[in-house]
Amino acid sequence: MTKQAGNIFTSFRKAFRVFGQMLPVLLGVILLLGLLPAFVSKKMISAVFTGRALQDTVVGAAIGSVAAGNPITSYIIGGELLKEGTSLFAVTAFIVAWVTVGVVQLPAEISVFGKRFAVIRNSLSFILAILVAAATVTTLAVLP
Amino acid sequence: MKNRSGFYFLGSVTVLYLALWASSPGKTCDALKASGAIFIRIIPVLFFVLLLMGLIDYFFSPESISRYLGERSGIRGWLLAISAGVLSHGPIYAWYPMLKDLRDKGMKTGLVAVFLYNRAIKIPLLPVLIYYFGVAFAAVLLVYMIAASVIEGKIIEITEKRGEQTSLSI
Repeated sequence: MTKQAGNIFTSFRKAFRVFGQMLPVLLGVILLLGLLPAFVSKKMISAVFTGRALQDTVVGAAIGSVAAGNPITSYIIGGELLKEGTSLFAVTAFIVAWVTVGVVQLPAEISVFGKRFAVIRNSLSFILAILVAAATVTTLAVLP
Repeated sequence: MKNRSGFYFLGSVTVLYLALWASSPGKTCDALKASGAIFIRIIPVLFFVLLLMGLIDYFFSPESISRYLGERSGIRGWLLAISAGVLSHGPIYAWYPMLKDLRDKGMKTGLVAVFLYNRAIKIPLLPVLIYYFGVAFAAVLLVYMIAASVIEGKIIEITEKRGEQTSLSI
């Protein structure tokens, strides 16, 4: 398990080098994340839901994909949307996509893992957010 | 990552900030402050990831990483990626350097996707999820999310293999 050659300093020097190469990407993502709360308000998010469950589920997943930040924020917004009458399908898709799809981080993900991986992963996560929402709400409906 | 894509990305974001500054200086200033707050908040996580990267490099050779997380890791690899994803802390992008390093040393791409998906499940945040949506909702959602992570990992694994076969046949 332990490496035969090299020492702990060499290992940390390597880690610093990889980390240093990633720093511009990390800073770019952090700067993009800062733009969202400044330019997109909670009111703007709730205004796009129409009341049609299927359409709202796709819209919820789409907004969740573009939005980013601490998942707690998505729970709070999701809770408020539920109170306003948005369907649980849409709210679930919104909170799942919030944490699994990263449109803001996509350029960074592409530069680290490659375009193919990043695009397929985020597209699949978007579709799965809708499917997970449908499965969760349907299961809750049949649970005693 | 020897290419300069990271610098181009940071440059593009800087240009975007300058453009927004010209039209809405107040909001852009708020955005910059929010970014600063995010950066300060994730510094401990970045140090933790850096520490973990150094320790992994020291204790695990590419051969052992390949054994635990590579093509022949089997169900143990999947369980390891799910657990690591759930237990990892902080924002997703803070883990990119470590995952890239692990992938370069032999980690399966499908397991990278599984780790990233399970980053969505945060044990410390469960009480908040339960508070807003109830215990039943949280339990059912988590089960489906873990299942979805495996489905995503498997599909990515298949597409990666197909991609490799196509490039080999060309």
